[in-house]
Amino acid sequence: MIAHSLFFYLFATIAIVSAIFVTVSRNTIHSVFFLILDFISISCLFIMIGAEFLGMIMLIVYVGAVAVLFLFVVMMLNVTEQKNQWFTSEKNSGHIPIGLIVSALIFFELIIVISGWKYRPNLFNASNLIINETTTNTHSLGQIIYTDYIHIFQLSGMILLVSMIGAIVLTFRQRSGIKKQSYIKQISRERNEGVQLIEVESNKGVKIDD
Amino acid sequence: MIDIGLGHYLTLGTIIFSIGVIGIFLNRKSIIVILMSIELILLAVNINLVSFSIFLGDIVGQVFTLFILTVAAAESAIGLAIIVVYYRNSGTIRVEEIDQLKG
Repeated sequence: MIAHSLFFYLFATIAIVSAIFVTVSRNTIHSVFFLILDFISISCLFIMIGAEFLGMIMLIVYVGAVAVLFLFVVMMLNVTEQKNQWFTSEKNSGHIPIGLIVSALIFFELIIVISGWKYRPNLFNASNLIINETTTNTHSLGQIIYTDYIHIFQLSGMILLVSMIGAIVLTFRQRSGIKKQSYIKQISRERNEGVQLIEVESNKGVKIDD
Repeated sequence: MIDIGLGHYLTLGTIIFSIGVIGIFLNRKSIIVILMSIELILLAVNINLVSFSIFLGDIVGQVFTLFILTVAAAESAIGLAIIVVYYRNSGTIRVEEIDQLKG
């Protein structure tokens, strides 16, 4: 139990510190790296708490796909000139105190909600960790995803498809001045467009008008 | 303190959520950092759902975490595509220079 709590505090500290560094670090590349560290520590927490399938899926999807996508975009755009100072802006910076106040209000509201859960212990009994020993986490998730939630599961696949097509359509660029092979033009070519038959008189030669 | 319960996980989710909100509000850098802050907020929501699912013994929370993961991946892909197109058109993605809507 002591090891569990020690590891929880370790991973939670890493997650919070890296989340802070995601927002305050000057270089965008460093932000992406801290985002990856945040995802990894949170997925370690998931595996510790007993949701190992979700932890592994977060490792694969977030660290393997989304964070690498962020890295690609950061490297494609020229963001080395986009480095900027934190808080000090030459333009109007009147939104900063309001933003801080609103963020602090959100934080304290959520803390009040959580302590409301904590100080009403008769709502549910949170002391016992319910872990089913007979079936694994992946097994039980699969049993419920492919039976009760099959339509939502397929709809999420449709969301992924639509987002893929949308990203391709958005970033596709038709460039002019590039020679390309056109199959339609090649196939639909007729004989009299390409070949010209000329009656050649003897001893005159052929004069091709150009 | 030594016994890790539901409140610890919810507090962790709350702190990460607030850091994400602060990152959206106080950002003067590139828009990509705002997208990363949105990812942090969705991560905090995932923490909440998974911890409730574990401590209440109901697996449906993890199912919805899976769907949130899907939506987050789709959203970040579309958002990054929009950022690439905007950078191609205007040459900057700094937040304070994006003022075409005069907001």
